[in-house]
Amino acid sequence: MDWYPLLNSMRIAAISTVVVYLLGIWLADVVARAPRVVKGILDVVLTLPLVLPPTVVGYLLLVLLGPRRPIGAWAMGAFGVRLTMTWYSAIFATVVVSFPLMYRTARGAFEGFDQSLADAGRTLGKSNTWVFWRVKMPACRQGIIAGSVLAFARALGEYGATSMVAGYTPGSTATVSTTVYQLWRTGEDGLAFQWVLVNLAISAVVLLAMNMLEARSRSARARGAVA
Amino acid sequence: MTTLEVDITKRLGSFSLDVSFAIERPDEIMALLGPSGCGKSMTLKCIAGIERPDSGRIVLGGRTLFDSSAHVDLPPQQRRVGYLFQSYALFPTMTVEQNVRAGAAGATREERSARAAREIAAMRLEGLEHRKPAQLSGGQQQRCAMARILASDPELILLDEPFSALDGYLRWQLELELTDVLRGFPGGAVYVSHNRDEVYRMCDTVCVLDRGRSDAKVGVRELFASPATLAAALISGCKNVSRARVAGPGLLMCDDWGVTLETSLPVSEGVTHVGIRAHYFQAHAAGDGAASAAGGNAIPCTVERVIDSTFSTIVMARTPGGASLRYECEKDAWAALGNPAQLVLVAPPQTVMPLVSAGNGETPDAITLDNTGKGGAPRA
Repeated sequence: MDWYPLLNSMRIAAISTVVVYLLGIWLADVVARAPRVVKGILDVVLTLPLVLPPTVVGYLLLVLLGPRRPIGAWAMGAFGVRLTMTWYSAIFATVVVSFPLMYRTARGAFEGFDQSLADAGRTLGKSNTWVFWRVKMPACRQGIIAGSVLAFARALGEYGATSMVAGYTPGSTATVSTTVYQLWRTGEDGLAFQWVLVNLAISAVVLLAMNMLEARSRSARARGAVA
Repeated sequence: MTTLEVDITKRLGSFSLDVSFAIERPDEIMALLGPSGCGKSMTLKCIAGIERPDSGRIVLGGRTLFDSSAHVDLPPQQRRVGYLFQSYALFPTMTVEQNVRAGAAGATREERSARAAREIAAMRLEGLEHRKPAQLSGGQQQRCAMARILASDPELILLDEPFSALDGYLRWQLELELTDVLRGFPGGAVYVSHNRDEVYRMCDTVCVLDRGRSDAKVGVRELFASPATLAAALISGCKNVSRARVAGPGLLMCDDWGVTLETSLPVSEGVTHVGIRAHYFQAHAAGDGAASAAGGNAIPCTVERVIDSTFSTIVMARTPGGASLRYECEKDAWAALGNPAQLVLVAPPQTVMPLVSAGNGETPDAITLDNTGKGGAPRA
């Protein structure tokens, strides 16, 4: 069995999780502190990919990134880089699709954050950056980890937008999910089933990891409560 | 030299804050006293730089922290104002030691660690350095928060109802501890509270805040002995208030009670109300010779209700003017009166307090407050 699709899926999901982590935290913090009207508008825009069909996301990405489209043509002209139908094209798709999961869980965590902790840090002379990374982020760690795991899982399973932006080229753009579809379509049921098992195993591990994290935080809280 | 000078305004929806006071003595502990929602916490946040006033000035020890006309607005980091939050705001993911070191003053890491260790020792937190805040008792949490503030070398400490989350015995213990800490602190402190007993015991001076407006600052003893305004009288625990006007030299016509009372306290021109504390009356059964012998300031009343309270008896009595008076006495004293239906309450002239309702154009009706829970004013 050729393991390339698994490797490809993993690196796409990993890179996209890093991007989504940074973008999601940044925008969640901006939105959590924004005035009400701005917050409402931004929130709709940033959550949209969660409810849009992945094919619509794929279509919109092609409109922007295609070789003769504005961004695609610019990347080609400036760097000689092709943005669609390569292995990394799938990253654009997975970033957009998994972003709302990270953003919404992080925003929920930030909104539940006790602002007086930040105020205390600032009156003690600590910079806003220090307060954010040393107080706010650790206090919201559970939500942020949960968001990252969800975003990673979603990126790993992404099919619709990926298949439109990156297509299916064995040994190049093939991912686990596009491989399952391709094998089933060409009648190679046995091989398809093997990839289904791989997928099930990864999903089970992800869910298990998340439950363990949750259990650990719960027992940590319980220990903390016994003063 | 003035230690702290605050004169600010801020609008928040329909609420407007207009506060001005000054701390003159360098180690003065001043209370901001007022009911919930009167703007006390907002005032503290403006001093600390967490909230921005719309206009005005805040000066601390000669440094301008905020001045709207000169466009000065120092960030909280540069104000050197310590803030004890209601919930203490300890960083939950850090240990006691990390919490205290986070704010510690000092040029090098070693200096900061040494400073933190000193404050931890001073607050009797040795042995707990590696605990997380959630593993500390309420008292230890408060000491940890104070250690963190003191380690940051503030010029002024702000305290936002530090005991509101506690009750009973623990609260009393912490009050004793915190009083010692504040007395040992060389700078000034602003103490926010709605509890008059705490303020009376802990503070030197008090500024009453009423619906966002500050009264003139007075000494704590003065506030309880002779409050000048209606708000001050109410917050200092005066249970009986009536609308009043001047009826002659030293004479006040009390409209809600339907009587004219003599006062030996100075009467200012704008008197709008009169107040008498519930335990200052002398009570006599009607028809008793002593009542008529007492002469003026006798208010004939009908007993409406007798309430048996924890350590005293509270009597609600209807005045000729229709409003009720609250009289409070020892249980034995009430029993000795023989549970009369008609009562004469005598208010000695030095207990009749002329009051001014500070602006707002609003004149509340006769007020008889029924909050027996808060322990009452000190019986000075």
